[in-house]
Amino acid sequence: MSFLKRSPWILHYAATSCNGCDIELLACLTPIYDLERFGIINTGNPKHADILLVTGSVNEESRRVLENLYHQMPEPKAVVAIGACALSGGIFRPAYNVYGGIDQVIPVDVYVPGCAARPEAIIDGVVQALALLDARAKAHKRRGQVSIESP
Amino acid sequence: MNAWVAALGFLVFGPLLGALLAGIDRRLTARLQARQGPPLLQPVYDVLKLLEKDTLVVTPLQGLYLWLFLFFMIGAGLILFTGGDLLLSLFALTVSGIFLCLAAESTNSPYSHLGASRELMLMMAYEPMLLVAALGFYLTNDSFRVSVITEAAPWQPLQLLGILVGFLFVLTIKLRKSPFDLSTSHHGHQELVKGLTTDFSGHHLALVEIGHWYENAILLAWLYLFFAPWGPWLAIPIALILFFLEVLVDNTHARLTWSHTLKASWWVTLLLGTTNLLLLAWWVR
Ligand code: SF4
Repeated sequence: MSFLKRSPWILHYAATSCNGCDIELLACLTPIYDLERFGIINTGNPKHADILLVTGSVNEESRRVLENLYHQMPEPKAVVAIGACALSGGIFRPAYNVYGGIDQVIPVDVYVPGCAARPEAIIDGVVQALALLDARAKAHKRRGQVSIESP
Repeated sequence: MNAWVAALGFLVFGPLLGALLAGIDRRLTARLQARQGPPLLQPVYDVLKLLEKDTLVVTPLQGLYLWLFLFFMIGAGLILFTGGDLLLSLFALTVSGIFLCLAAESTNSPYSHLGASRELMLMMAYEPMLLVAALGFYLTNDSFRVSVITEAAPWQPLQLLGILVGFLFVLTIKLRKSPFDLSTSHHGHQELVKGLTTDFSGHHLALVEIGHWYENAILLAWLYLFFAPWGPWLAIPIALILFFLEVLVDNTHARLTWSHTLKASWWVTLLLGTTNLLLLAWWVR
């Protein structure tokens, strides 16, 4: 088993969300849900992160930041899109500057629907990402580790 | 022969002890916040995971500096645990800290630069007190050798009371606990991101973590030294209790600015450390 499953560190980026999903995400860290039970830490640092959690409809302003964060994360990594906005643009979809879903910008592994997504759903999404990460870590080991400089 | 056993013991069990202390620390913190908290061995899982990740190298120098940080940290521990010179061990510890700053300074991130300069400030804050503590041990035992200090007179803890309190104060800085977690914080996404370690990933971050485990063991050994004459059955529990008192302080205090930290720690050094030292010199004479 890969140890990624035991200590997934997350990075949260709000790509212009309404903050509804962000609050639900932070609720996961509170005593009721206590994500740290699973070794999950909310790092604010892409270079330490294993899972990127994105909320909000990505637009022209946040696209570059999102891409940058994604590229700064070392492999193996996974991306979870949280909330209707991150999945499809949500209620902001018709806006002229909105891309409509973060999978237009970076590859997404797990989609967590809801407006706002419930903490239980978010935790479930992270757990599904863990299984993916585990498989990825194994494949990564077979290929041999390579150090890459982020662009 | 005994020294070899101690050296090997430190090399193998030092990091284990340090990791366990870090694990208990995290769990205690979680309990204080009415959470369940991670498993005890979580710090070990974290490091094993980091070893599975890619290492992004910003500059080749950072790896060299981080290895030297670990090397001098282990050196400081070896000198201490084999009963060597306390002062030499302290200097090795300082050099190791400087290499961590150099590593952070060699990267590009403004957050690491900020962390490095703050760490240098913190070193200025705690270094005098550590020196005073070493001098205090010298005055009571007429020797810097750890093997002599452990056989001190039973009233050593009372003789060094002021120094002990001052040492506990700077221990908070050394362990990077609130209110002095200025240079890197255990909780990310604060104004500093991760401070010193912001630009390290994978193996390099694992080196830093392992270094901190050794550091935990070394600092616990320092605490033990104060109570060593009372025998291990009394000294170890006292040292552990004092160590975890730092966790309590961590959870009940907000972060100070560096200027406050510097001022506060120098006042403590002056009032508790130096006064104690002068009294001791007068008494011993
Ligand atoms: S999905 Fe709903 S709650 Fe979440 S960011 Fe979008 S509008 Fe806000």
